[in-house]
Amino acid sequence: MDSGFMHQFVQQLINGVSLGSIYALIALGYTMIYGILKLINFAHGDVYMLGAYIGFFCTSMLKLSFLPSIIVAMVGTALAGMIIERVAYRPMRNAPRIAILITAIGVSFFLENAMILFASPQPRTFPAVFSATVYHFGALVINSQQIVILVSAIVLMIALTYIVNYTKIGKAMRAVSFDADAARLMGINIDFVISMTFALGSALAGAGGVLVGIYYNSIEPLMGMVPGIKAFVAAVLGGIGIIPGAMMGGIILGVVEALVSGFISSTFRDAAAFAILIIILLYKPQGLLGKNVREKV
Amino acid sequence: MNSLRKADLKAFVAAAVIFAVIYGLLQAEVIGAFWELNLVLIGINIILATSLNMINGYTGQFSIGHAGFLAVGAYVGAIMTVKLGFNMAVALIAGTAAAGLLGFLVGLPTLRLNGDYLAIATLGLGEIIRICILNIDYVGGAAGLMGIPRLTSFPLVFWIMVAILFFIKNFKNSAHGRACLAIRENEIAADTMGIDTTKYKVMAFTLGAAFAGTAGVLFSHYFFIAHPASFTFMRSFDILTMVVLGGLGSMTGSVTGAIVLTFISAALADFPQWRMIIYSLTMIILMLYRPQGLFGSKELSMQLFRSLKIGGKKQ
Repeated sequence: MDSGFMHQFVQQLINGVSLGSIYALIALGYTMIYGILKLINFAHGDVYMLGAYIGFFCTSMLKLSFLPSIIVAMVGTALAGMIIERVAYRPMRNAPRIAILITAIGVSFFLENAMILFASPQPRTFPAVFSATVYHFGALVINSQQIVILVSAIVLMIALTYIVNYTKIGKAMRAVSFDADAARLMGINIDFVISMTFALGSALAGAGGVLVGIYYNSIEPLMGMVPGIKAFVAAVLGGIGIIPGAMMGGIILGVVEALVSGFISSTFRDAAAFAILIIILLYKPQGLLGKNVREKV
Repeated sequence: MNSLRKADLKAFVAAAVIFAVIYGLLQAEVIGAFWELNLVLIGINIILATSLNMINGYTGQFSIGHAGFLAVGAYVGAIMTVKLGFNMAVALIAGTAAAGLLGFLVGLPTLRLNGDYLAIATLGLGEIIRICILNIDYVGGAAGLMGIPRLTSFPLVFWIMVAILFFIKNFKNSAHGRACLAIRENEIAADTMGIDTTKYKVMAFTLGAAFAGTAGVLFSHYFFIAHPASFTFMRSFDILTMVVLGGLGSMTGSVTGAIVLTFISAALADFPQWRMIIYSLTMIILMLYRPQGLFGSKELSMQLFRSLKIGGKKQ
């Protein structure tokens, strides 16, 4: 058949994977927080926005290079995540679920509008941290930003997998998400573990924010709304509460979006994400990697 | 039965008095154009909040895609008047019916889900509706549908609102409403008692969606335009916040929530930068200190005051 189609297909695949790895980074935080608190943290997308702004501040005002900037952004968002949890979610641990959800929406509004107030609603140009080199593989095009995004995302995911599976705090996180009450009886400090979960999840979102700033060269205070919801879709797609599921869900979502905008229409890109969500919810609500848990009466 | 009618009559008289006072103030131009707009908006928001309360509060099905049905009502109503040249009554009926039909079609498969999954599915559906509208050139696409005549007036909004409130109040006290409440309290137990849970969930969802459609027709015919940007998930969150703030499951709570939030938002209109910050802080603080909402699931009524008094004496 025509090689033009194959070529565009593979090209969209590359774009999709780099976009998807950013979704995956945000989705990881969603899935970890949901796994431990059963809370859809609507403010998570705004933590990602916060990361982008910290990254912007470091690179444009302090003239830091990429690595220090992303580390500062991760530390900053980790702190922000811990503060949000401490101030807004911890007092509501025993409140009805819907009340916590409303609080999360409130926190999200607050972060967005505080940022509009301090940094103006205008989009800002993210400084070019890398000289945009374009690599040609045959007819395919990969730019240096995409490589940086992929490599950073993979490194962060490996680090997270290590922390969750092989460290003491990771073990405690898994215990709390499995059964919080039993974990408490075993002497695990639940508050500390939840705090650390928010720190880790928010740091990943912050890194995602910096990477997006580099990729699109533009950031604005409301940039977290839609990616935040889509990252949640990615988390549900992979199976909420399951860490490899969030990575997989993010990549799949990114690829589908790239293919839809490449072959159908970019205006339907967002609808594709939600259509996937509804299909997956109707046919396999526990997600691709989730186990079917029977509800007991 | 007799006492019920008496109570209804009292409520009707109260509504008529409120209407007469506000309408009098409007005619005497004590209330300016800005607050007249907000009064209409309050009426529309009350319809939205109480209809969402039927789904979220009475039936316990967590829907956050209400803006989608609002959009369908707004657009279908506008097509009726602008493109097809019908009058407002036809627009209202068509908008309500279209939103209700869509609610039925959407509710049937999605209401199998529960809790957070249903929430996120309805959120997604609301967005899909909006994105579809965005891509239909017939209704103006991203630019919105313009040139809608202003056929909505304060009296129209007020009396439609009263009719819907009356309907919802009676629905709650009917056998259907009791079935919905039973589903909220415990779906499995309700199922065991022989309640067709799917039927009642879809019924509440369809009715809620239909009333949102009514609100949509009123909305687009007051603001001259139906624009996709007015129906994002932020709008759904707005409506949800009104319901939860007033107290989930309380109709008077939803009414109060709608009035308070619309009022706060209007009163802060002069400070646009601070408006949303204060709004969001109000939300957070209210939830921190009163997670069950202002009224809990109780209804505000004369009886509540009386029982409070008697309770006070006994203690």
